[in-house]
Amino acid sequence: MTAAPLSHDSYAEQLTEQLDLTETRRLTEDELPRLGEELDAIRQRVLADLGETDAAYIRKVVKWQRTFEVVGRALFYLPPAWPLAVASLSVSKILDNMEIGHNVMHGQYDWMGDPGLSSRMYEWDNVCPSEQWKYSHNYLHHTFTNILGKDRDIGYGILRMDEDQPWRPYYLGNPVYAFLLMVLFEWGVAVHDLEVDNIISGQRSMADNKPLYPGLLRKIRRQAVKDYLLFPALTGPLFPLTFVGNATANLIRNIWAFNIIFCGHFPAGVETFSQEECENESRGHWYYRQVLGSANISGGKLFHIMSGNLSHQIEHHLFPDLPAKRYPEIAPEVRDICERYGISYNTGPLRKQLASVAKKICRLALPDKD
Amino acid sequence: MSTTTRPAEAPASSRAIGLAGLLLGDHPVGRLGRAAAGSRLAAALATPHGVDRYLEIIDPMLAVAEVRARVVSVVRENPDADDSAPVATITLQPTATWRGHRAGQYVQVGVDLPGSARRLTRCFSVSSAASVPGETITLTIRAHEDRPGHPSVSRFLVEDARPGQVVHLSQAQGDFTLDQSPATPTAIPLLFVTGGSGITPAMSMLRTLLRDGYEQRAGRKVTFVHYARSAEDQIFAAELAQIAATDNDVDVHLRHGDHVFSEFELRRLVPDFRRTDTWACGPAGLMELVTEAYDGSSALRTEFFKVGTATARSGTDAPAEGTVTFARDGRSAANTGASLLEQAEALGLRPEHGCRMGICFSCTARKTEGTVRNVVTGEESSLPDEDVRICVSAPVGDCSVDL
Repeated sequence: MTAAPLSHDSYAEQLTEQLDLTETRRLTEDELPRLGEELDAIRQRVLADLGETDAAYIRKVVKWQRTFEVVGRALFYLPPAWPLAVASLSVSKILDNMEIGHNVMHGQYDWMGDPGLSSRMYEWDNVCPSEQWKYSHNYLHHTFTNILGKDRDIGYGILRMDEDQPWRPYYLGNPVYAFLLMVLFEWGVAVHDLEVDNIISGQRSMADNKPLYPGLLRKIRRQAVKDYLLFPALTGPLFPLTFVGNATANLIRNIWAFNIIFCGHFPAGVETFSQEECENESRGHWYYRQVLGSANISGGKLFHIMSGNLSHQIEHHLFPDLPAKRYPEIAPEVRDICERYGISYNTGPLRKQLASVAKKICRLALPDKD
Repeated sequence: MSTTTRPAEAPASSRAIGLAGLLLGDHPVGRLGRAAAGSRLAAALATPHGVDRYLEIIDPMLAVAEVRARVVSVVRENPDADDSAPVATITLQPTATWRGHRAGQYVQVGVDLPGSARRLTRCFSVSSAASVPGETITLTIRAHEDRPGHPSVSRFLVEDARPGQVVHLSQAQGDFTLDQSPATPTAIPLLFVTGGSGITPAMSMLRTLLRDGYEQRAGRKVTFVHYARSAEDQIFAAELAQIAATDNDVDVHLRHGDHVFSEFELRRLVPDFRRTDTWACGPAGLMELVTEAYDGSSALRTEFFKVGTATARSGTDAPAEGTVTFARDGRSAANTGASLLEQAEALGLRPEHGCRMGICFSCTARKTEGTVRNVVTGEESSLPDEDVRICVSAPVGDCSVDL
């Protein structure tokens, strides 16, 4: 059921529907434009309503993030407060990367004209240079969402996350690779643009990567000097504690971001598409693909903020440039539209989505059973 | 210097106390704190956000790289001009990062307009004499009316700005400057020809000459010709009258109402004007006449105001009109109504782009002039110097993009 039903022959499709393996149906040529119009209308309405509350909100989050960061760095001077320092710094890094960085770099706040919140200027607190991330994420991933062979975020060139990726013995290590990717997530994101898998398979040459190295190395150096040299050194004899504390904060951010992102893209039921079925696609079909290509995580307000509102991955994929804080507000409407068109709206609590993703990672490590 | 209708001085107690006060103060602790904040170590610790992103939380007037300014006072310049737009002189105290300005330069002023939360940035000439870091500067601004969907920065600054408010500033820019030393008397004469608000950079130069010249004299023959709509609308009237009445080498000629510029009159005032160092600034009509009169002479330096182009016809059904210019490349063509990206590609340009549907922001470019319509939302925008996604922006009328 994670395979693309649209590419199956009609018998298989009928069978799938009879067995109720998927709630999703294929929309007709009449329905697609109407779906597009309905979703465009939501987008239009939110765009027209953007204003002071959105600006005040993101500025408040920025202020909180900076405060958590300063408090976290300061608490390293009090050894008994070490866990608090790590917690505070972790919260700062998570807010910076998710609710601020990811969303600002999508251009969600470009309308404010504030250079500090502009997608062209913002640089986030992790080792991936924003310029390179914006290309692979904003362009490749968000335009070609879940199109096999085009969206490099399906398995990130490391994992087997879809049955249509042919099994190789290499994929026996799927759970191990996933664990490593989780722990080293910021590094994975940073080297994602180098497309190492494509170099191994010969589709990309080392020379293609040359222009990326200076920016990447500069960003890595700055981040490493800050977290692993200067701040530890400033705490004098507490150097090792601060060093380990900063590394732990980066690790916690890595684990959190990895899990939120995997739950937004890979739970059971999320679908992939072939390149052929997306050729010259209409806006309606693009929207349709975005809904089917993502999954939400239900939870409370604080959970949504800490996930950068990527717990509303469906809404985010439909409207990547609307301020993420608006996603919870439009979610009931989007869900209603999906129900009326008979498109599945994949949502569930974190533990359910996590279990589903973990199961998929393990199941796809093994060859498909026919 | 001018009639005061809204005397508004910053409260003396506006100096913040606490950390901000300590860092802003002119004492060893403050100086040391500022030096530390501006150090390479601080920059390395604050990466990737920069030190100013943290300082602004303490006080917006604390900065090590950015320039901001606190409004000190707002004084109305033409209180008796009932039928023309109000003009006010705004005194600003820039942050310690301000590098000063040369007479004739302009600054970009950024304002977060209340109600919309959008920061708009506009250029204004500095009207006060040349400044060094630490000094206040003045801007003299004519308020343009708000148009629906296009709030006016000038109207906000003239009518709504209050002492104590903080605005964003750029460093001083522009080469329309007094490039001669005011302190050295010389036989080489100078000429200023200005119209309307174009008086402001010339006023800065004139004030600099008189302030820095020997014994408050310009130290050279200066002819100052200005065209204003009416006597009531004449800004700096009292100061100009005083300059005219004083023995200081300056001849002031004010022309009001229908009295427009003519080469004939200029020749009578300054027979050798084409070989006289001249600074001319004013509305497009005046500038055309002046440029014509100088016939390509290199003695003429000009500065234009950028005026918002009127939208000819708008709405999705209107036929495409006007010319699209890709300023950096130099190519231009008749507007076909397609997106800027498509029109650029049709001309053989290869602008950076990604999704071609307005979601990835790879193609963002600066529109310097004209109106564009967002082909997805139908929204139109005529703001000058605005970043637009060229893949979903179609020009409405004349349009110029920095590509």
